[in-house]
Amino acid sequence: MYKIAVVGDYDSIFGFAALGLDTFPVSSRKEAEEKLEALAGNQYGIIYITEDVAAECEKVIEKFKEQLLPAVILIPGVSGNTGNGVLGVKKSVEQAVGSDILFGSE
Amino acid sequence: MASTQINPTRMELNKQKKKLVTAVKGHKLLKDKRDELMRQFLDLARENMALRLKVEEGIKNANKNFVIAKAGMSEQILNTALMAPKQEVYLETGKKNVMSVDIPVFQSQTRTADANDIYSYGFAFTSGDLDGAVKSLADILPDMLRLAEVEKSCQLMAAEIEKTRRRVNALEHVIIPEAQSNIKYITMKLDENERSTQIRLMKVKDMMLEEAHHYKEREYTAK
Repeated sequence: MYKIAVVGDYDSIFGFAALGLDTFPVSSRKEAEEKLEALAGNQYGIIYITEDVAAECEKVIEKFKEQLLPAVILIPGVSGNTGNGVLGVKKSVEQAVGSDILFGSE
Repeated sequence: MASTQINPTRMELNKQKKKLVTAVKGHKLLKDKRDELMRQFLDLARENMALRLKVEEGIKNANKNFVIAKAGMSEQILNTALMAPKQEVYLETGKKNVMSVDIPVFQSQTRTADANDIYSYGFAFTSGDLDGAVKSLADILPDMLRLAEVEKSCQLMAAEIEKTRRRVNALEHVIIPEAQSNIKYITMKLDENERSTQIRLMKVKDMMLEEAHHYKEREYTAK
């Protein structure tokens, strides 16, 4: 039985607590990296992470990319959409095809 | 030509021929795998993008609602209201094998069946905006779960496609041409050896005839 975690700055994620997801507010890069590592080893199947925080701990996220679980998914934070999430999708298309043939024109 | 020296022997020739057959077969199979993976991946990537845009839009709206809700009440009350959630979401995970890539399948379960359990507070001290905000976030949750599944699958498949593509290219442009040129080299060398043996035998025959009968074939033919 897996759980779902939400990681990010407090303002962006406090609403998810009401839905029954586990929220973990982080404020520094080190804290975020440690939290991600800890969550991954602790029965969390999906980790939603705000784009701002994700930008700071890319290395750790990259590590989980090749694993089946957990799925680390970027969500926009309260300060706005940085476009990193969409960029991630484009990147995986680029990785697979060699160039972005699907969303290149957008 | 071969980068490393190979022995021009029949055994080596057989080995190279077997290698070529395996490589061609493997190349065909891997190419099929790549094409099928690619077809599924592109469908998935399109869905991924559509879902992502939808979820990002939904979260943006929800965040907006939360900011408004926050503005309408004190922070302490808001914190207290969301401190002890009634609802809990569990995740049942399975995996599906698509062309030898394991992709996750998520199935969510809530602790209680009541949809209203997302409101973990009494309505007396909180503003109505908060209800709307929580509701807007709850509405987007199924899409978020589906997004997690699809996006993870996309990432895993992209990695696998990259690997397969490299293998196909290595077979097509390195292994197969190398085996072919090796085979050619060995056959040429063997033919050459055979010819030289034949010439040597003819020469020996000449010399023996000359010795036994003082018979010079070369002079005879020259006349």
